[in-house]
Amino acid sequence: MSVSPEVWLLGVCALPLLAAPTVYVLGPRCLPLLPMAVSASVLVSAVALWFRFVEKGAWTYALAGWDAPLGILWRVDATSLLMIIATALVALLVALFSQEEEAAMGGSKRAVVFWPLFLFLLGSLNALFLSGDIFNIYVSLELVSLAAVSMVVLGGSVAALRAAMRYLLIALAGSMSYLLGVGLLYALFGTLDVGLLAERMEPVAAARFAFVLMAVGLLAKTALFPLHVWLPPAHSSAPTAASALLSALVVMGSMYWLLRLWLEVFAPIMPVAFAQLLGALGALAVLWGSAMALVQRRLKLLVAYSTIAQFGYVLLLLPLTQSMAAAAAWSGGLWLLLSHAFAKSAMFLAAGLILHARRRDYLSDVVGAASQLPMAVFALGLAGLTLMGLPPSGGFVAKWLLLEASISSGQWWWVLVLIGGGFLAAGYVFSVLKPAFRGPRGAAQFAPVPHWPQAVCLAMAVISVLMGLYPAPFLEWLALAAGGAGGGG
Amino acid sequence: MNGSALLPLLLLLSSLIPALLIFALREPQAVARNCINLTGAVVKLALVAGVLWGVYRGWRFEFAYELLPDVAFSLRIDALAMLFVTLSAVLWLLTTVYAIGYLAGTPNQRRFFGFFSLCVAATVGIALAGNLFTFFLFYELLTLSTYPLVVHRGNRASLQAGRIYLAYTVAGGAVLLVGIAWLYVLVGPVGFVEQGGALRGVSEELYPALRWIFVLLVAGFAVKAALVPLHIWLPMAMVAPAPVSALLHAVAVVKAGAFGIVRVIYDVYGIDLARTLDLGSGLLLVTVATIVYGSLRALQQDDLKRRLAYSTVSQLSYIVLGASILTPAAIVGALVHLVHQGVMKITLFFCAGIFAETLGVHKVSELNGIGRRMPWTMTAFTISGFGMMALPPTAGFISKWYLGLGAVQGGYDWVLFVLLLSGLLNAAYFLPAIYRGWFGRREGEWPHERYQQRLETKASLLVPPLVTAALTLFFGLFAGWVLSPLYWAELIAQLEMGR
Repeated sequence: MSVSPEVWLLGVCALPLLAAPTVYVLGPRCLPLLPMAVSASVLVSAVALWFRFVEKGAWTYALAGWDAPLGILWRVDATSLLMIIATALVALLVALFSQEEEAAMGGSKRAVVFWPLFLFLLGSLNALFLSGDIFNIYVSLELVSLAAVSMVVLGGSVAALRAAMRYLLIALAGSMSYLLGVGLLYALFGTLDVGLLAERMEPVAAARFAFVLMAVGLLAKTALFPLHVWLPPAHSSAPTAASALLSALVVMGSMYWLLRLWLEVFAPIMPVAFAQLLGALGALAVLWGSAMALVQRRLKLLVAYSTIAQFGYVLLLLPLTQSMAAAAAWSGGLWLLLSHAFAKSAMFLAAGLILHARRRDYLSDVVGAASQLPMAVFALGLAGLTLMGLPPSGGFVAKWLLLEASISSGQWWWVLVLIGGGFLAAGYVFSVLKPAFRGPRGAAQFAPVPHWPQAVCLAMAVISVLMGLYPAPFLEWLALAAGGAGGGG
Repeated sequence: MNGSALLPLLLLLSSLIPALLIFALREPQAVARNCINLTGAVVKLALVAGVLWGVYRGWRFEFAYELLPDVAFSLRIDALAMLFVTLSAVLWLLTTVYAIGYLAGTPNQRRFFGFFSLCVAATVGIALAGNLFTFFLFYELLTLSTYPLVVHRGNRASLQAGRIYLAYTVAGGAVLLVGIAWLYVLVGPVGFVEQGGALRGVSEELYPALRWIFVLLVAGFAVKAALVPLHIWLPMAMVAPAPVSALLHAVAVVKAGAFGIVRVIYDVYGIDLARTLDLGSGLLLVTVATIVYGSLRALQQDDLKRRLAYSTVSQLSYIVLGASILTPAAIVGALVHLVHQGVMKITLFFCAGIFAETLGVHKVSELNGIGRRMPWTMTAFTISGFGMMALPPTAGFISKWYLGLGAVQGGYDWVLFVLLLSGLLNAAYFLPAIYRGWFGRREGEWPHERYQQRLETKASLLVPPLVTAALTLFFGLFAGWVLSPLYWAELIAQLEMGR
C-alpha cells in the first residue's frame, strides 16, 4: 500500500472531528448518509493501520513534526489499534442501528444534534487511544466527557437532565484530580511523555501520590466502585444509541489509560498493598454491580449496573500484573474490555428495541419478547454469554486468562471473585431471559419493529461470541505489548 | 491438515449447520425445517458409520488449532468418543422423527428444533473433545442450549424448573472450570490420552493438589450426572416436552456428566494414578448411595415421568460405579451401560410421551388396561422395563453382569448386594406399571383421548420406541457381534488397560 500512514491516522481521528461541525451545519440534508460514510471510513482507516502495524510493528508519530517533549506524540501499537478498531466497528454498527431513528434516539428531530455528537465522540475517543502524553490524555478525556454528557442530555427527560448534571460534575471533579497528578509529575520529571516518564520514574512518595490522584480521576470517569453512582442513571436515561456508545466505549477509554499508565509507568513503583487495594475495589464493584443488577426492575438500568460489575473484573488486572502472570492477565483484561464493548452495545440496543416496542422497559414488559423480537432476545442471550464468562465468547477467554493468572500467581482470592461474579451475572442475565420466554400472552402489545435493527444487535452479539473462537493471534500481540512494557515487577 | 482431520469437524457440523439453518427459517416453514433436520441426522449417521469403520481399523482422527496461547481447541476421534457419538447420532434421528410427530401444530417449533440440534452438536462436541478445555466449552454450550428446551412450554412450572436447572448446572460448570484451570496451571495443557492417562509420571509433590483437582472435576460433572445430592434438577426438568426428556435428560445431558467422569479417571489421571491416589473409593460410596436413593424415590412417584426420572438418577450411577471400581470388567460394564441405559431409558420416555399425548395418561395409577388399547407401545415399555430390571435376554442384563464381575474382581463383593437390591427395587417400581398396563381393568373413559385411527397412535410416535425396544433385545441377544456396544466396550477397555 503506497498511501502514507499519516493519512490513515488522520482518517481515524481528524476526519470525524472535522465532520462533526460539517454535519451540524449541513443539517438534515446530509443525514444519515454523511455520518455513515465517515464512520465507515474510520473503520477502513483503522484496519489499514492494523495491517501496517502487522507488517512493520509499532511506531510513534509526532503531530505536525513537533517531537516530544514539546509536541503532541501519537503512539500506534497493538493495544491502541485494537481499541480503535473495536471503537470504529461498534460505532459503525450503532450508526447502522440509528437509521431507525425512532428507536435509537426518540425521533428525527434529535438526529440533527445526535449525529454531530456521535462523530465528535468517535474522533475524540480515537485521539484518546492514540495519545502518547499525559496532558494530551487529559484533553482528549475532556472532549470525550463533553460529548458523553451532551448525549445523556439528549434523552430529554427530567431524569436525563439530572443524570447528565451529576455526570458532568463527577467527570469534572475527576478531570481536576487527574490534572493535579499531571502537574505534579511534570514538576517532578519535567516531561509529559508516557515513554519518557517510564524511563525517568523513581520510587518517590510524590510520584506515588501523583498516580493516586490520576487513578482517582480515571476511576471516577470509569464509574468504578465507589465512584459509580453517576453511571446507572446516566446510561439508562440516555437515548438507546447513546447508551450503547457510553457503556461500551466511553468508560473503556478512561479504563484503558488507567491500565496503560499502571503497566507502563507506575506498576514498578507502587506498593503491592496498593494494587491489592485497587483489586479489592474491583472485587467490590463486581459484587455490588451484579447484586444491584439482580434487583433492578428496569431493563436498561440492569444493563447499566452490569457495566459497573464488568469493569470491576478489569481492575483485577492491577494486582495480577504485579506477578509472573502479567502477560496472561494483561491480555485477558484487555480482551474483556474489547468483548464487553460489543456485548454491552448489543444488550443496550436490544433493550432499546424492547423499550421502543413496549414504550416501557420493566422486566414484566419483556414477557413474550422471545416470540415477538426473536433476534433481539437471541442477541441478549448471546451477549449475556460474555457477561457471564461462559463459552463460547470473548468474555470466557478473558475469564480463563484471568483465572490462570490468579491461580499461577497464587492470588487465589480473585478466583472466588471471578467465579462468584459469573454466577451473579447468570442470575441477572436470566432474569431478563426468563420473562422473555414466558408464554405467548401479552404478545399483541408489541409495536412492530423492523428486522434489520434487530439484525444489528445480533451482529454485535455474534462478534462477541466470535471473539471467543479465534482470539489467539490478537492475544499474542497483547501479551507481547505487556512484555515490551516491562511486564510489571 | 489433511482430509481426515476434517472428519471430526464434519461430525460436529452435521448438527450445528442444521441448527443455524433452522434458526434462519421462518416459523411456518415446517416442511423445510423437517427436511433439514432429518437430512442432518441421516448425514451424521452416514458419517458415523464411515468413521466407525476407520476407528475399528485403528485409525485416529484429530482436528486442532490454538485457541489461546498454549491452549488448543481439539476434536479427536477415538474408540471411547465413537461409543458416545454413535449413541447420540442414532438416538438423534429417532428422536427427531418422534419430535416432529409430537410437536405438530404447536407454536415456537423453530426455536425448539434449532436448540435441539444445537444440543446434539454440543453432545457430539463433548464426545469428540480431545482435551479438558474443549470438553468444557461444549459442556457449557450444552447447559445453555438446553435451557430454552426446558422452559419451552413457557408456563410457571417450566420456568421454575429452568431456574433450578441453571442454578445447578452453572454452579457445576463454575466448579469444573476452576478445577480445569488449576490443572492447566499445575501441569500445562492436558489432552486425553488413551492407555495410561495424561498425568502418568507426574511428580509426587503434586499428588495433594491433584487429589483436590479430582474432587473439583468430579463435583462439576456430578451435577449433570445427577449424583446425590446434586440430582434435584433432574426430576424437576421433567416438565419439558417428552422428546427433550427422552433424548436430553435420559441420554445427552446426564451422559455428558458420566462420560466426563470416565474421561477424567481413565484418560486424564489414568488407572495407575487413580489407584495410587485411591480416587475410586469415595466416589464408589456416593454412587452406591445414589443407586439406592434414586430407586427408593422412584418407588414413591405416581407421575410416570417423575418415576422414570428418579430411575435415571439411579441407573446413571451404574456407569460411574463401574468407572470408579477400576477393574477391566467393571469398565466394560460402565461403558456398555452408557449405551444400554440410553437405549432403554429413551424407549421408556418415548412410551410415557405417547401415553400422555394420545390418551392424556400421566400417572402410573391411570395405566390400567392401556395394554389393550396400545399393545405395541406397551410391548416396547415392557421390554425396556425388563431391561431396567436387568432380566435376560435384555441389554440391561449384560451391563449388570459385567458390573458385578468387575466388582468381585476388584474385591468389592458387597457391591453385588447393592446391585441385587437395586434390581429388586427396579422390579418393585416397574412391575406394577407393567402389570396395570396388561392386566389392570379399565373403568370409564381415558382422561383425554386425542387420537382414534387404525393405528394406536401416530406412526411417527410409534416407530421410534419400537426400534429402540428392538435394539434393547438385540444388544442382549447378540452381545458378541462386532457392532454391539459390548464389543466396543471391550475394545475400549483393552485400550485403557493397555493389555
